[in-house]
Amino acid sequence: MSHKNFSVINTPVHNIDGIAKVTGRATYAFDVTLPGMLYGKILRSPHPHAKIINIDTSKALEFPGVRAVVTGKDTLGIKQGIWRRYEELCDEQILPLEKVRYIGEPVAAVAAVTEEIAEMALDLIDVEYEVLPAVYEPMEAIKKEAPTIHEGVERNINVTRHIEWGDVDDAFEDADYIREDWFKCSGQHHMCMETRGAVSSFTPEGKLTVYTGTQSAYYHQGLLAGVLGLREGDVRIIAPYTGGGFGGKFELDAAQFCSAVLSMKLNKPVKIVFTREEDFIASKRRTPMFYYVRTGIKKDGTFCARESRMFSNGGAYTGMGATALYLTGFFHSFPYKWRGYRYDGYRVYTNTMPSTSMRGFGAPQAMFCSEQQIDWICADMGLDPFEVRRKNGHTEGYEVPGQAFIASCGLEQCINEIEKWVKDKGKLPANRGIGISSCGFMSGGIFNWFDSPYSFSSAVITINVDGTVELHVGCQDIGQGSNTTMAIIAAETLGVKMEDIKVHSGDTDHCPADLGAWGSRQTLMTGNAVKMACEDAKKQLLEFAYAEMGINIVYDLDIKDRWVHIVARPERGMKYEELVKKALRGKDGQRIVGRGYYTPHRKGMISPAYSYMMQAVDAEIDPETGKITVHEVMTAHDCGQPINTLGLIGQLEGAASMALGYAYLEDMPFEDGKMMNPNLVDYKIIKAPEMPHTPIIEIDTYEPEGPYGAKEAGEGLTNPTAAALGNAVFNALGIKMKELPITPERIRKALKEKKEEEAKK
Amino acid sequence: MEKQVLRLKVNGEEYEIFIHPKTLLVEAIRDHLGFTGTKRGCDTVSCGACTVNVNGMSVKSCSILAVQCEGMEVATVEGLEVNGKLSPMQRAFLDNGSYQCGFCTPGMLMSSTAFIDELGGKKPSEEEIRESIEGNICRCTGYNSIVRAIDAVAQGKYKEE
Repeated sequence: MSHKNFSVINTPVHNIDGIAKVTGRATYAFDVTLPGMLYGKILRSPHPHAKIINIDTSKALEFPGVRAVVTGKDTLGIKQGIWRRYEELCDEQILPLEKVRYIGEPVAAVAAVTEEIAEMALDLIDVEYEVLPAVYEPMEAIKKEAPTIHEGVERNINVTRHIEWGDVDDAFEDADYIREDWFKCSGQHHMCMETRGAVSSFTPEGKLTVYTGTQSAYYHQGLLAGVLGLREGDVRIIAPYTGGGFGGKFELDAAQFCSAVLSMKLNKPVKIVFTREEDFIASKRRTPMFYYVRTGIKKDGTFCARESRMFSNGGAYTGMGATALYLTGFFHSFPYKWRGYRYDGYRVYTNTMPSTSMRGFGAPQAMFCSEQQIDWICADMGLDPFEVRRKNGHTEGYEVPGQAFIASCGLEQCINEIEKWVKDKGKLPANRGIGISSCGFMSGGIFNWFDSPYSFSSAVITINVDGTVELHVGCQDIGQGSNTTMAIIAAETLGVKMEDIKVHSGDTDHCPADLGAWGSRQTLMTGNAVKMACEDAKKQLLEFAYAEMGINIVYDLDIKDRWVHIVARPERGMKYEELVKKALRGKDGQRIVGRGYYTPHRKGMISPAYSYMMQAVDAEIDPETGKITVHEVMTAHDCGQPINTLGLIGQLEGAASMALGYAYLEDMPFEDGKMMNPNLVDYKIIKAPEMPHTPIIEIDTYEPEGPYGAKEAGEGLTNPTAAALGNAVFNALGIKMKELPITPERIRKALKEKKEEEAKK
Repeated sequence: MEKQVLRLKVNGEEYEIFIHPKTLLVEAIRDHLGFTGTKRGCDTVSCGACTVNVNGMSVKSCSILAVQCEGMEVATVEGLEVNGKLSPMQRAFLDNGSYQCGFCTPGMLMSSTAFIDELGGKKPSEEEIRESIEGNICRCTGYNSIVRAIDAVAQGKYKEE
């Protein structure tokens, strides 16, 4: 079915915001200036854990040019969190009243006529703290004697998650070989090129408008309304262009909250933009995880059981971390069939910056452990890593017991393609190795911890008299190209051209609610809503076409490339523009409006559909220095039917660069709760010279639940790379990398240990 | 320090602004002249989002004072398109999908445009292309689509319109 003769889908169209972006016309919250606008700055805690005894703002208020200073006492003191359904997980006051729990936590905010004055005024705020003992690592924080970070939370355990199916102990009994390992997965910063920022404008009508970069305008509307005591409908979020998200821009942040609080106090617009250092120390990060993994396997390579325990460094607050705790445990089983599977995850509070979702949502950590251990087991037992993965891999029609149903799966073809690619490379020189990793990922989450009463996605389409189309959606384009993807689906469904579609998104006053850009949900969920809305409008148009053309009712009519025609006799028809004009008259002048929505039902616990992939990393390591050179990253990828060709390639190449960064470059070292490299000199990001070629083979599958057979693309490919690089290092040098990132120091240390062990023998 | 008058040419037009001498070029461009196409992504001259061309050389505009550009010709991303015609590099970026969130794109375009100008028709190696944008961080694309776009322009696949 994926061989359909598409007009727009899977053709190399330009992104609809391309010209705005290459001409510098695209404006971000960072660029917004409103009349009378003031500038805000945030005072942050220098302590990882301290009681706030008193905050004296009087000197700051007297400073010329300062218009307002706010602290927790100027807020409603509501504890918020994105898991709105669960009160105990709403644990963060963005301007706390009683204590601070990490270095960089906001304690006060100033609005002044210039940013410079606001910054100077911060020095005049006098905060009296009583410093408390602090704890930074989950394995320490979970101890009985550790300091309590949130009152009433025993052993600092924030959330736990248990996943289990099959008889795990019985399945382990059947195993011929059992291997257990501990792993330590690091954090990673989203490092969006656009730091967090917001311009809030509260006006005497009682309405608040906030311009901000966001992954979900609807979430930010709901979260802000909640903490400010406003009705959702009185908060308008306008997302101009958003300079990257990667999982870091859908929780409420201090730029949004503090600018709103200041604006409500002053009835003037207030702009707050984080510096890069603020963004590093006081936004959020990928969740660091400690994993214990025990896997049982039969001699012939059949997987029996897996049992894992995971302790994550949750940092000071919950946020999206609770979702990552669940997803890492689920994807740790992927993409294999286990007779018995058991996962126990503990998210532990510490006095460090909060952890959250980041591209891959817990899966890159899970795969780093799982996929390396599988290769080590294969080496221990003399099994072929490709064969073992093929033997145990998910297949179409498989049900992950009680969790998920796999309707489409191209895993086996992915494995075959990568196996061929690796074999074609032949024997490699010394100190060079190829490592593989397979994985899968979700196409949006089924869970509704936000407690949205709205459909997960909605779309409204209006056809103007000249045939141009207004498409209103709530999905959020953060650079991944979702507006273009929605325009493609609309143009294809309606049978018009790309230039006929105008996409309206990122404005809660004018667009339907949508959960936004996370968990790779928009192509499938918003895509389905758009398709449904277009089918609705098209049906209305074709009703007029039947009447106008006076044809036999058994004939099928369709529209393609603006031509309304009989399917069996495509030459017989009329122009789409003519039809629209006539249809409008028939509706007493009303424009044609189509509505669509999507909420997943009867699709298990996690996601309506799953992508699959396998990746191979070809890397060379200098055994003297430990320096890694990545020569090539090859991917075979099943995302169902590709929709946006250029966008898909961009997503996969981008995922490879971010995942390579996670694998061997990016690190967030802390000392006594203080991040030691909060700038782009010391925080290493992949740059153009070290970025390898990243060829891709797309596997042709069709996902019945997705629009035109489409499913996840782009986020999931962040998952396999760290594991594949680890396996490449293992194949090149015979050392096991159990800690991320795989730095030269760690390689040298592992080589030294290997030598010492060999000497002992 | 007293404020002073600064005269400079931006995208071919003469401007005269009254600024504090410690104003950075990026602040003059964005806050005084309103060319917000030029972005800022760091405070350490590391990210390249603020790259502009000064007298034909690509320069990170957060690294120099505006007054150092007295009488000079500054080109920003807004100057690449002329009368609705996109430059070869802009068209190559569109065709290759060399941008995603778009925040690094203005700086990336200015670096790569200066690189092509400096080559004067010489065909660069892939390594040289990659080095030409080493000072520009892109978090979205993984650079390879940008390298393809620069290569296409260097190979003469895009002519001035």
